[in-house]
Amino acid sequence: MRKTSLFALTGAATIASPAMAETMTVDITIPRLSVAEYHRPYVAVWLEGEGGKVRTLSVWYDKDKRGGEGKKWLNEMRTWWRKAGRSASIDGVSGATRAPGPQKLSIPAAALRGLPAGNYQLVVEAAREVGGREVVKLPVTLGGKSASTARASGKTELGSVAATIKP
Amino acid sequence: MKMRSRLGARAALLAVSLAAVLPGSAQAHRAWFLPSETILSGEDAWITVDGAISNDLFYPNHFPLGPDGVTVVKPDGSAGAIENAARGKIRSTFDLHLDQPGTWKIGNMRSGVFGRYKLNGEQQRLPRGAQADEIEKLIPSGATDIEIRENVMRNEFFVTLGAPTDAVFTPSGKGLEMVPVTHPNDLVANEEGVFRFLIDGKPAAGVELTAILGGGRYANQPVEVKATSDAKGEVRLAWPQPGMYWLEAETKDKNTSVPGATVRGLGYVTTLEVMAP
Repeated sequence: MRKTSLFALTGAATIASPAMAETMTVDITIPRLSVAEYHRPYVAVWLEGEGGKVRTLSVWYDKDKRGGEGKKWLNEMRTWWRKAGRSASIDGVSGATRAPGPQKLSIPAAALRGLPAGNYQLVVEAAREVGGREVVKLPVTLGGKSASTARASGKTELGSVAATIKP
Repeated sequence: MKMRSRLGARAALLAVSLAAVLPGSAQAHRAWFLPSETILSGEDAWITVDGAISNDLFYPNHFPLGPDGVTVVKPDGSAGAIENAARGKIRSTFDLHLDQPGTWKIGNMRSGVFGRYKLNGEQQRLPRGAQADEIEKLIPSGATDIEIRENVMRNEFFVTLGAPTDAVFTPSGKGLEMVPVTHPNDLVANEEGVFRFLIDGKPAAGVELTAILGGGRYANQPVEVKATSDAKGEVRLAWPQPGMYWLEAETKDKNTSVPGATVRGLGYVTTLEVMAP
């Protein structure tokens, strides 16, 4: 977030070098839905690189349910589950489900560490109990010299989504 | 109906099952297992499974399949067990408690003998469900034009809790088997599924295969894909749409083990869940 001495590092970034010390902010609007039975959606946020490499950045689910029962429904985010969720631990990146309205997700530099500079898709998938499922994708670049913001919008289970990357 | 009274319920069951598995059989009855889910998350999970023999997928309306003879292989290779098994009039059902992460294999393997002969100019059949060691007794002296066909048939499906594993795909080297190239619990409609077929452990070229989408009752034409395995025994399937598919592969050869059999019919059936991308 701060323009400190970090710009010196990212300025040196090349294709092969890792994107260092970048941070990302993802603004996700969860739509208010007037339905008889509403449950907050499960949401997964991940980066997909060229060649199918993936890194999960955040997962919102019923984390506090007794006996880890909330994990039973992680597979409802079926794209994330197949590509990333089922083969990685989410302990460090998971949190509780969030309420309708604008939600801010801050991805620390540590969560992006080791990812090579280059083009990625930032993918947000939402799945709601007795509701639908939606995936929104945004093209993002790691290792850029200046801050950049990508925007996209969902139609049903997700509202606007914006990702801002700051070197 | 006649057969049922003559041979008893058990023989009738075998008769129907064998008819369903006979490659090239005039009766197109399909033997199927339908798992409630194949891709699961959580610490442990339960699925429930239906099994039936019917024409339409996946609607039970004819005869139950199993639950006798259904075996379970856990991801670590040990044997699991089905629970709450019941055999209905037209459908069997059982549950499976997935208490170990990885890929599970559930299904059955059956072998049988099918035979016919002429006696005094009249065509006769061996009772269906006849065992290999009974054949000599069952064919009367004076019979001519004896044809004995051996059948080896697998029907199995795969379910994964958590991350997929490969241990249950190790072939046994007996009969027609499928070794996935694309993991069966990693199928998605916009990517091809690739599967390798083996006969007695060796790549099986020329195996004909059909994958049929369930839910055909509400379509004028069934949604299906056909393919034939290449020299490596591989087939590539492009899925017309997501859904639960019933896949049947069949072929025959002359590598018989039953005395007097001239043909060995080989069948393989699996149920594949293809996810929406």
